[in-house]
Amino acid sequence: MSTPVKQTSATPLGRPHAGVGDRFRLWWNAQSRPAQWAFGVPFILFIALVPILNIPVLTTVGTNFGAVMAQFGMIALIAIGLNVVVGQAGLLDLGYVGFYAVGAYTVALLTSPDSPWNQTGEGNWLSQDWAWLAVLPVAVCITAISGLLLGSPTLRLRGDYLAIVTLGFGEIVRLLADNLGEITGGGRGLSQVAYPQLGQTEANPGGLFSAGNVAGRINSGVWWFWLSLVLIMVVLLFVGNLERSRVGRAWVAIREDEDAAEIMGVPTFKFKLWAFTIGAAIGGLSGALYAGQVQFVTPTNFNVINSVLFLCAVVLGGQGNKLGVILGAFIIVYLPNFFLGRTDLFGIPINGNEIANYRYLFFGLALMVLMIFRPQGLLPARQKLLTYGRQLYVAARRTAKRQHGDAGTGDQHGTTGAEEVSR
Amino acid sequence: MTDPGSARAGSHFDEQNRSVEDAEDVGSDKDLPGGVTEEPVIVDVADVEPELADPAVVAERVAPTRAIDTAVGADLLEMRDVTMRFGGLVALDSVSFSIRRGEILGLIGPNGAGKTTCFNAMTGVYRPSDGQVVFDGEPLGKLKRNQITRRGIARTFQNIRLFSEMTALENVVVGTDARHRTSVPGATFRTPRHRREEHDAIERAMALLEFVGVGARATEKARNLPYGDQRRLEIARALATEPKLLCLDEPAAGFNPAEKAALMDLIRKIRADGYTVLLIEHDMRLVMGVTDRIVVLEFGKKIAEGQPAEIRENPAVIAAYLGVPDDATA
Amino acid sequence: MSSLLSVGALADGSWLAVPAISFNIEALGDRFWSLTIEGLAYGSIYALVAVGYTLVYGVLRLINFAHSEIFMLGMFGQYAVLMLLGFSPSGNAYAEGAVMTIVYLGIAMIGGMLISGGAAVGLERVAYRPLRKRNAPSLVFLITAIGASFVIQEFVHFVLPALTDGELGGVNAQQPIRLVEQKEQFTIFGASVTNVTLIIIGSALVLALATDMFVNRTKFGRGIRAVAQDPTTATLMGISRERIIMLTFLIGGVLAGAAALLYTLRVPNGIIYSGGFILGIKAFCAAVLGGIGNLRGALLGGLILGVMENYGQILFGTAWRDVVAFALLILILMFRPTGILGETLGRARA
Repeated sequence: MSTPVKQTSATPLGRPHAGVGDRFRLWWNAQSRPAQWAFGVPFILFIALVPILNIPVLTTVGTNFGAVMAQFGMIALIAIGLNVVVGQAGLLDLGYVGFYAVGAYTVALLTSPDSPWNQTGEGNWLSQDWAWLAVLPVAVCITAISGLLLGSPTLRLRGDYLAIVTLGFGEIVRLLADNLGEITGGGRGLSQVAYPQLGQTEANPGGLFSAGNVAGRINSGVWWFWLSLVLIMVVLLFVGNLERSRVGRAWVAIREDEDAAEIMGVPTFKFKLWAFTIGAAIGGLSGALYAGQVQFVTPTNFNVINSVLFLCAVVLGGQGNKLGVILGAFIIVYLPNFFLGRTDLFGIPINGNEIANYRYLFFGLALMVLMIFRPQGLLPARQKLLTYGRQLYVAARRTAKRQHGDAGTGDQHGTTGAEEVSR
Repeated sequence: MTDPGSARAGSHFDEQNRSVEDAEDVGSDKDLPGGVTEEPVIVDVADVEPELADPAVVAERVAPTRAIDTAVGADLLEMRDVTMRFGGLVALDSVSFSIRRGEILGLIGPNGAGKTTCFNAMTGVYRPSDGQVVFDGEPLGKLKRNQITRRGIARTFQNIRLFSEMTALENVVVGTDARHRTSVPGATFRTPRHRREEHDAIERAMALLEFVGVGARATEKARNLPYGDQRRLEIARALATEPKLLCLDEPAAGFNPAEKAALMDLIRKIRADGYTVLLIEHDMRLVMGVTDRIVVLEFGKKIAEGQPAEIRENPAVIAAYLGVPDDATA
Repeated sequence: MSSLLSVGALADGSWLAVPAISFNIEALGDRFWSLTIEGLAYGSIYALVAVGYTLVYGVLRLINFAHSEIFMLGMFGQYAVLMLLGFSPSGNAYAEGAVMTIVYLGIAMIGGMLISGGAAVGLERVAYRPLRKRNAPSLVFLITAIGASFVIQEFVHFVLPALTDGELGGVNAQQPIRLVEQKEQFTIFGASVTNVTLIIIGSALVLALATDMFVNRTKFGRGIRAVAQDPTTATLMGISRERIIMLTFLIGGVLAGAAALLYTLRVPNGIIYSGGFILGIKAFCAAVLGGIGNLRGALLGGLILGVMENYGQILFGTAWRDVVAFALLILILMFRPTGILGETLGRARA
């Protein structure tokens, strides 16, 4: 006896085995570890080189491609962080931009000459050369603490309330930045934020990461992209470790049935708080990158609408799927820039600027359509939640291949199970 | 066969109310049963761990700590005048009984007698309005639900509540969470202790699956399992918490006679492995056949307590059940 | 290369300069009554919008994130009606006489209500109904609502000007059409009460009472409460759930449209595509404050929020108004997680 619920929800478009992502996943899982490295490393190298290869259609025309990719790197980090909160633990956070802002402002407040708390320069404890790098962990810590502070009272609330409280938090952070003019510079913002001082030359007095390094193919945007790529991989490694541990399992269990998880001995509140804090820390990391890249922060960069955009990246890519949300981040950042300044596409004349202007309209429509036809996103989640599960998954594949087409497996196994019990 | 989803789906309203969380549940991968799954995930744990073919190994791993042998018969859990009030309704009225180490205690009563409330009071879902639940010598008091589980009370659910998007194995491994000591830092950096714990957890989970008879479907998603396997999986998940007391809430609901017989064997096997079992069940034959002692509730009050043979003869119990055929309720 | 840290500079403590936040308690005492009256006017607008959130939440357990855009459409709706009536934006207020002004305002309000109500029902049809058919979990609904919110905003931002020869919509706010000139009518405890305030509070009061009567006394209202309490049983009792849902969206939309007109009286240059967003969030806060799902809670929450943020902006400065509102929300939820009156649309009046 099957409920109609289940049947109606199996839309043709929703069938996962039709998806390219799933086929790819199957293929990928079938490869041995060395083979995965052999495919993975060149692929990552290729991604890293994309901004300097000048690929015809791919390269943006209206904006510097390196800068676009740098922005992609930061939003990808954000998507990974938000994915921990929304995708894994199932906590809807609409104020994520607040953490991004806290990270960015921490760096700016400690290193911008406009700030009263500036720690760089003569007689202060931060050397100009190392300021950004030294402040980076500070920013991450402070953001994590802000996540902890926001989370501890609010995570006891039910899901919907959490959404609105976090939205309020995001707005409060922006308003604080706007209103505390004596510290944050208010609407004028803080300029001359520190950045990594590397590779200063005659032609490039600010160094490789300086916003002034715009000439040539390998400009500052590309350097920031590479830096964020490294950070993304580190973060992915850590988040992946968490996912395949009791922490990741607890998150998924909380998402599926919080009460059942609690009764099975999972300290749900503790792990929700962890998810919030970890998500916040990653958001802060991204914010710190952002502050360093543009060397300038103002409150307008941290509008609540950005939170929604981040959420869009996570949902579009596929909640719970780390690679999916990175893809989502790419789409969110790249598509508007792709059209910006473009007058023709494959010979067809288009008004790219106009299309780029409409991006929120398209993202909104995309969200609505996606939720109806493919709510699990472009790359749906297939989390692996076991550290030593690999042998199992491989065995699973092997056995399944053997049984492929054997339709009645379900019931046979059912009875076998019962017999085993009575044995 | 009942769709496992129907039990928890309820109405659309409930579904929405339930959680913001399982977004990918919709229109997503509703794999059809029987070979049409997108990700072929049928695997026998015995393929991965050949030694699990030996029941002795399984038993050893399922119950690594057999402390119970030492104090069989002593009180493990005591209900002391527990009263539960909901508004004006008194669901439990000063109920007292105890569960002794190493026994299988049946808790029966007509529909609405307060069995599940009793259960919820023990496992911390509700706090008693009056009275105390004492477990293992200490009152449960204001312990949180997860702490109660950590103390050693595990339960299954009347309406199956598995983590449906997780595989059977992962479900059981979630149950081992209570026995993990590594937290986020350890897991992030994969410390040796974390790896050891993970390894042990998975090994034990596989043994448990084999023990309850779901070993052949370890990597299948819980919601794709047949109904009976889901029930057994719930037992495995509860056992994974390494409980001293295992509470089963109508584990045989919806079972056919053959499955019920298999379940009785399983419950006996669990007890033989050193667990104490509390069983709520409607099926009289099953209760009479497997329990050592029985407590009977009616309208929130305990009306009888004793060995199955005594209960069968007890006039109060007969009166309570007369006109209320127990198989009419499920 | 200099050293990473110099501990001496860190230790002397001079680096931590804390700015002073002005805290003007005297002004609060001086202007207490005028602030209260002004706050009530704002609060009644919040209350009307909050009803839309609370009813939909009560029936569907859905935060209709796009409700703020429904409100925004209402502002444009009443503006369009006024333009059709022959009014045009000019610096000065029209002087049509009390009766005619009220008639025109009434027509404009009905226009706003129609547009908002229609948009709300349309939104339900296009965005939410397909999801309900698929039995989507509520996160999916919420994301759809966010998407719909984008779409409506951008529609007014880009598409509406193209459709109306640039008369409506676009990047900038509409030039205000002033039907009513703010004038002091009388004073209470030394606080002046203007005609605009009177109109806002009066209309809101009438609408709130009517809504409360409708939900608590009529057959349709009973249907709404029944579905909110137990949709399955309600359906079994012969109530058409789909129709009740539509009705709920309609009521919410209509009240948002009315609130839109009142809001433009108070904030004439607020008619812009992004003008609903913050107000919508605050109205939602109001609904949560009072206990979301609870009709009277939403009304009460709106008034409290309006008054409190008005006090707050005098205490801390105008710029802190929104901060006060959100901080209040977080505080109240910490101590009363289900709002002031609790979540009881179903049991509002048995």
